[in-house]
Amino acid sequence: MIHLSVFDLSLAALLVVALALTSVRIYPGLAWQLLVAALRTAIQLTLIGLVLKALFANSDLLWVGLLSLLMLAVAGREVMTRQHRRFAGNWGYGIGVVSMFVSSFTVALFALIVVVDNEPWYQPQYAIPLLGMLLGNTMNGIALALDRLTQSAWEQRAVIEARLMLGYSASEAVSGIRQQVFRSGLIPIINAMAAAGIVSLPGMMTGQILAGIEPVEAVKYQILIMFLIAGGAGFGTLAAVHLAVRRLFDERQRLRLDRLQR
Amino acid sequence: MLRCLADLDVNQGSMYLQGVQREQMPPTEWRWQVGYLPAESRWWSETVGEHFRRVQADILNQLGFEDDVLGWQAERLSSGERQRLALARLLSNQPRILLLDEPTANLDPVNTQRVERLVTDYLRRHQAACLWVTHAADQIERIAGKALYLDSHGLAGSANRT
Repeated sequence: MIHLSVFDLSLAALLVVALALTSVRIYPGLAWQLLVAALRTAIQLTLIGLVLKALFANSDLLWVGLLSLLMLAVAGREVMTRQHRRFAGNWGYGIGVVSMFVSSFTVALFALIVVVDNEPWYQPQYAIPLLGMLLGNTMNGIALALDRLTQSAWEQRAVIEARLMLGYSASEAVSGIRQQVFRSGLIPIINAMAAAGIVSLPGMMTGQILAGIEPVEAVKYQILIMFLIAGGAGFGTLAAVHLAVRRLFDERQRLRLDRLQR
Repeated sequence: MLRCLADLDVNQGSMYLQGVQREQMPPTEWRWQVGYLPAESRWWSETVGEHFRRVQADILNQLGFEDDVLGWQAERLSSGERQRLALARLLSNQPRILLLDEPTANLDPVNTQRVERLVTDYLRRHQAACLWVTHAADQIERIAGKALYLDSHGLAGSANRT
C-alpha cells in the first residue's frame, strides 16, 4: 500500500480551492460554503481517525456504545436542519432520531452478531464503520422523506382537507403523498444498487481496493453493505413517515399544520 | 365557523348529532354525516368519477349532467361545473347535515335554480338539515326556513320565514 503524505492531500485540496476561486464570481456564498465544507471534512475525518485509532487499541463496549450514540445525536440534528418545515418542539428532532435508532441500530446489530459474527461482536473495527455507513444512508433517506412529506402536506393542504370533508380517514387523505414520499426516500439506494459496478464503483469498495484488499473480498463486503443499507434506509424511512403522518393529524383526524414551523 | 362544525379546526364547545356527542363518534363518521361544502372545491384525481365514493345518477341528472360526466377530465371543468359537481359529490355521501358555503356563487340563474331545487328536495327526502351561507337576498326569500344575518361584529338579527 502506498502511504499518502500531507503534501499529497494538499495537492488534492488545490482542486477544491481552484473550484472555489472559479465559482466566487457566480455565487460567492456557495464558494464560501464549499471551502467550509472541505475544511470540515479534513478536520472531522482526522479527528475520527484519531478516535478510531484509540478505540481499536482497546475495544470496550462502553466506548463503542458512547460513540454510536454521539453519531446518532449528530445525525438527528442533521435530519432536523435539513427540513424546510419541521415539526415544532421535540418532535422535529425526535422523529428522525427514533426512526434512525430503530432501523440503523437493529440492522447494525443484526449484521454484527448474525452475519459477521466476530469475537467480541462489538469489535470497533467492524462496528463503527458499519454503523456509520448505515446511519449516513438512513439519515439521507429519512431527511429526504420527511422534507417532502411536510412540504407536500403544506402545499396540498386544501386537497387533504377536501378529502377529510368527504369522510376519508387521515390515512386515506394522504395516501398519494405517502407513496411519493416513501419512493423519494428509497430511490437513492435503489439507484445505487442498480448502477453498482456498472456505472459506479461504490466508495467503500474502491477504498478497500486502493488499500490493497483483494477485489473479490472487497466486493463481498460491498454487497453486504448495500443490502444492509437498503434495509436500514428502507425501514428507517417507513418508521419516520409513519410517525410524521401520525403527528400531522390529531386524535380527531384534523390536519394540524400548526405543528410545523419554518 | 363551518370548518369547526365539520371538525376540521380545533374548537371548543360541544356538539351533538341526534343525541350523540361528537367525541363519541369517529371523526370520519362525523364528517360523513355533517357534509361541508367549502366555497372552493378541490379535485385531485384525473377523472370526475374517481372523486365519487358512491355515484347517484339522479343527483347528477338533477344538476343538469349526463352520466358520461364521470369520465370527464377534472382539470377541464369550468368553475360552475366544479361547483355543481362538488355538491353532487357531497350529496352522494348522503349526509344528515349540510353546511353549504355559497354553493351557487358561480352559477347562472338556471343552474342556481337547479341547485336550490335539488337541495330543498334532498332535505325533505332525507329529513336532513342545512346551513346555507349566501349573500343573495332573493335566495333567502326562496329557500330559507330561518334566516340569520351576520355582520362584521357577529349575529345581527334573525327571522323565521316559514
